[in-house]
Amino acid sequence: MTQSPTLSRRAASAPTPPRKSRRRGANTRAGYTFLLPWLLGFIALTVGPMISSLYLSFTNYNLFDAPKWIGFDNYLTLFQDERFLQSVGVTMQYVVFGTPLKLAAALAIAMLLNSKRKGQGFYRSAFYAPSLIGASVSIAIVWKAMFGDSGPVDQGLSFFGINLGGWVGNPNMTMGMMILLTVWQFGAPMVIFLAGLKQIPTDLYEAASMDGAGPVRKFMNITWPMLSPVIFFNLLMETIHAFQIFASAYIISNGEGGPAGSTLFYTLYLYLRGFSDFRMGYASAMAWLLVIVVGIITLIFFKTSKSWVHYSGDAK
Amino acid sequence: MTTMATPTQPAPTKPSTAPVYNPKSESTTVKRIKSTIFHVVALALVAMVLYPALWMISASFKPNSEIGGANNALWSANFSFDNFVTAMEGIGGVSTLTFFTNSLILAVGAVVGTVLSASISAYAFARINFPGRGLFFGMMIATLLLPFHVVIIPQYIVFQQLGLVDTYVPLLIGKFLAADAFFVFLMVQFMRGLPAELDEAARIDGAGHVRIFGSIMLPLMKPALISTSIFSFIWSWNDFLGPLLYLNTPEKYPLPLALRLFVDQTQSSDYGAMIAMSVLALLPVLVFFLVFQRYIVEGVSTQGLKG
Repeated sequence: MTQSPTLSRRAASAPTPPRKSRRRGANTRAGYTFLLPWLLGFIALTVGPMISSLYLSFTNYNLFDAPKWIGFDNYLTLFQDERFLQSVGVTMQYVVFGTPLKLAAALAIAMLLNSKRKGQGFYRSAFYAPSLIGASVSIAIVWKAMFGDSGPVDQGLSFFGINLGGWVGNPNMTMGMMILLTVWQFGAPMVIFLAGLKQIPTDLYEAASMDGAGPVRKFMNITWPMLSPVIFFNLLMETIHAFQIFASAYIISNGEGGPAGSTLFYTLYLYLRGFSDFRMGYASAMAWLLVIVVGIITLIFFKTSKSWVHYSGDAK
Repeated sequence: MTTMATPTQPAPTKPSTAPVYNPKSESTTVKRIKSTIFHVVALALVAMVLYPALWMISASFKPNSEIGGANNALWSANFSFDNFVTAMEGIGGVSTLTFFTNSLILAVGAVVGTVLSASISAYAFARINFPGRGLFFGMMIATLLLPFHVVIIPQYIVFQQLGLVDTYVPLLIGKFLAADAFFVFLMVQFMRGLPAELDEAARIDGAGHVRIFGSIMLPLMKPALISTSIFSFIWSWNDFLGPLLYLNTPEKYPLPLALRLFVDQTQSSDYGAMIAMSVLALLPVLVFFLVFQRYIVEGVSTQGLKG
C-alpha cells in the first residue's frame, strides 16, 4: 500500500510488530500531536472551567473567601430575584422578536438579490457591512446618539407627526431600539441565504410557472422547503447568538441595564453579579441556567426540524 | 440580450395564447422597467442600511452644536477636523495612539495564534485517522453552540490566581489554543474538500505528516487562512467583554475600552469628539472591509461564518 519509506525502514529494523499496526500507532501519535493545541485549550479553557463553574454555582464564592457549599440556594434565590426575572424577560423579548425579524429581513433581501443583475456584488457587500460592525462599541455609541432625544430618528419621526421623544430614556422604546440594532445586522444570515438560494435548480421554478403557480405558491412549495436546511442553520445560530448580546447593551445602558431595567439583558446581569458584586457563585448558577436553556432550545430545534427541514436525500 | 428570440407580444400570461412558458421571452422594455424598479428599491434599502454609518462619519466632522441639534443633514457647511484632533488627544493622559497600538498588538496576536493553532488542529481532524477523533470532533462542534459565559467566571478566577489579570495573556492564550472552535471547523471543512490523492502521493514520496501539512496543505488552504485572518482580526479588534474583564490600567486598554472610558468621562458634553473616536475605532474594520469585501462576503456564504 502507501507505506512511507521511512516507516518501512523502521519497520524493517524492528520486524516484530506487523506493519499495519505500526502505521496505526504512528497515526495515533501524530493525531494527538497535531491535536495538542486544541486539546489543551479544550481541557484548560472549556471542560475545566465548565466543571468548576458547575461546582461554584453551588457555593457562595465571592473571589476573596473560600467557597462555601450552599446546595441549590443560588438557583432557588434566582427565581425570587426580581432583577433576574426581569433580565430573563428582557432577553426573551429580544430573542423572540429580534431573531425572526432579522431572519425575515435577511430572507427577503436575499430573494430580492437572487437574480443576475448588475451591481449584485455591491449590494451584497453594502448589506453585509453592518454585520461586521454592529456589535462594536462604536456602533452602540452611534445608536445611542441616533435614538436619543432630538437625534435623527426622533426628528425623522416628528416629520411624520410622531412624537416619541428620545428612545434611549424611554423604557417602552428601548427594546424596539435594541431589536432594530439586531435587525440592522441582517447581512450575515442574508449572505448564507443567498448561497442557499443559488443551490435551488431554476428548472423547478420554470416547471412550476408552467403549471401556473404564482409567486406565493412557488415560495411555499419550492423556496421554503428547498431552503429549509439553511433556514434551520440560520435560525439556530442567530437564536444562540441573540442570547449572548452584551457590548451594545452595556454601552447603551451605561453598564446598568436602564432605564427601569428595560435593557438588563441576561449576560449584562450575569456580568454585574459576577464582576461588580463579586457574587461569583450566583453568576455561575446564572451561567449554567443559560447553558441549560440554550441546550433545551437547541434540542427542541433539532427535534422539531424533522417535520419541516428537508435534506436533499430525503424521501418525499 | 435575448431580443432575437423575443416574440412581438410581451411575456405570455395566459397559457391559452402561448402554451409553453418561456421566461426569456419578455420584451426588452419590460426587462428594463423591471431592472429599474429593482435598482430603485435596492438602492433605497442600501441608503437605509448605510445611513447610520454615514451619519456617524458626517457627525464626526461637524461642530458639536450641529450634532443631535436641529440640523441632522448629512452635509454641513462647517466641516472641520477639530473633533479628530480632540479625539487623538486621548483620555486620562493616554494618547489615542497608545490605544491603537494596544488594539493592534491584540488583533495581530489573535490572527497569528488562531491561524497557527486552528490549522494544526484542523489537520488532525481532517487528515489523520486516529482513535478518538470522532469523539473529539463532536465535542468541538458542541463548543460552537456553548454560551461562553459559562466559562468566563472560572477562567477569570484562574487567571487572577496566576497573577495574569491586567496582562494580555488571558486575551491571547485562547487564540493560541484553538479555542475558537468556529475557525477549526471552517478549516476542517475546507481541508476535507482537498483531494486525498495529494496526501497519498506525498506519503509514497516519503513525506511525514509535518511535511504534508506544511508544504502541501497550508499553501492550498490560502482562502480559508485568509478568511480566518480577516475575521479573527476584526473580532479581536471589536472585542469588548474580554478586555473589560481582564484589563484595568488605561495604558493597556484597546480602543473599545478606551471608547467606553471616553463615554463615561465626557458623557454628552463633547459629542463630536466621542463620535470621531468611534470612527477612529472602526477605521481599520472599514478599511479591511473595503479591501477584502470579496473575501469577507464569499467567506461567509461558503463557510457559514458569523459576522
